[in-house]
Amino acid sequence: MRVMVLVKASEESEAGQMPSKELLTAMGKFNEELVKAGVMLDGEGLHPSARGVRVSLSADGPPTVTDGPFAETKELVAGYWIWQVRDMDEALEWAKRIPPPGPGPAGTVELRPVFEAEDFGDELTPELREQEQRLREQLHG
Amino acid sequence: MAERDAHRAVEAVWRIESARLIAGLVRMVRDVGLAEDLAQEALLAALEQWPQSGVPDNPGAWLMATARHRGIDRLRRARVAERKSAELGRDLELRAADLERDLAADLDDPFDDDLLRLIFTTCHPVLSADARVALTLRLLGGLTTPEIARAYLVSESTVAQRIARAKRTLRAACVPIEAPGRPELAERLASALEVIYLIFNEGYAPGAGAAVVRTELLEEALRLGRILAELLPDEPEVRFFPNSEVALPHPLALRSGSA
Repeated sequence: MRVMVLVKASEESEAGQMPSKELLTAMGKFNEELVKAGVMLDGEGLHPSARGVRVSLSADGPPTVTDGPFAETKELVAGYWIWQVRDMDEALEWAKRIPPPGPGPAGTVELRPVFEAEDFGDELTPELREQEQRLREQLHG
Repeated sequence: MAERDAHRAVEAVWRIESARLIAGLVRMVRDVGLAEDLAQEALLAALEQWPQSGVPDNPGAWLMATARHRGIDRLRRARVAERKSAELGRDLELRAADLERDLAADLDDPFDDDLLRLIFTTCHPVLSADARVALTLRLLGGLTTPEIARAYLVSESTVAQRIARAKRTLRAACVPIEAPGRPELAERLASALEVIYLIFNEGYAPGAGAAVVRTELLEEALRLGRILAELLPDEPEVRFFPNSEVALPHPLALRSGSA
């Protein structure tokens, strides 16, 4: 299964503070472990929400656009990984090994299983599955 | 409830650590069968102790230290019986001391080579394709014998025999535990890639085991491919398995109307 690990934003990340050299080093070592275990599929860090934009979509009217920064810092995302693991227990054990941020408040990550085609049931018709497969082949081929 | 959680945590740690643990032990004892036995003993010790004591800070090092001590005990006992074993025992202690230094110095580097050596050993051409697949899933994928049996729709005793025979064959053929050098690399790599493809195909084939089990095989094959690509970055054949979801099409998306 694939799991998305959402790294929650902090006041520091929202303020655009870059991680310390120590944290970058520790993170590099951790990522290397993930890659060597064949677990890591993807992972990136995100700029603060000040550089982000929200688009709200409704059937009742045209899209509305809101510029960042956004409030509710703790709900924002500052980065993510996609891992391939055998189950959530394994993801949890990996998550416990993420290097903690430096001194100050604790960091939080949230682990969310990624939908696989099978999870969609009949709503994902054979035609839609075929389309999805074609798109994936284009993306990865 | 807490007991059950602890048990699950131990199993998850095992899945993360077992391949590296066995690979490190193989370097130490130079025998795949003995290395796996020692690793299993360390797992049993963890299952006994961690539910009470909690998972240690560095579970990989804990498992390695425990397995190593079991190995030294075993070989010391054997030393009394046989001179040959005594040499092995001394050798093992020297290697154990080396290993301790390795662990203290850097957990990563020695393991890389160990893992590569283990992959090339379980995928050695001296073994039949079935044997290579079973041994690779067991030692590198951390799958249990029942899990492999379910995936291949064969009995557990068949899988157990295959694995036991594979270990005997490696021992009898005195297969050196090493990654092959240049002249041999192409052939040996082909043998390893074949194993990965066989696992992938088994997971991919409609009508084989239960869907859930097949998905596990697919994911395992992709994971092994990624590991090999990371360990052998300069080999173009291996790069065929890309970093992420693959030049092989996403397997789940291919299955229309699966159960």
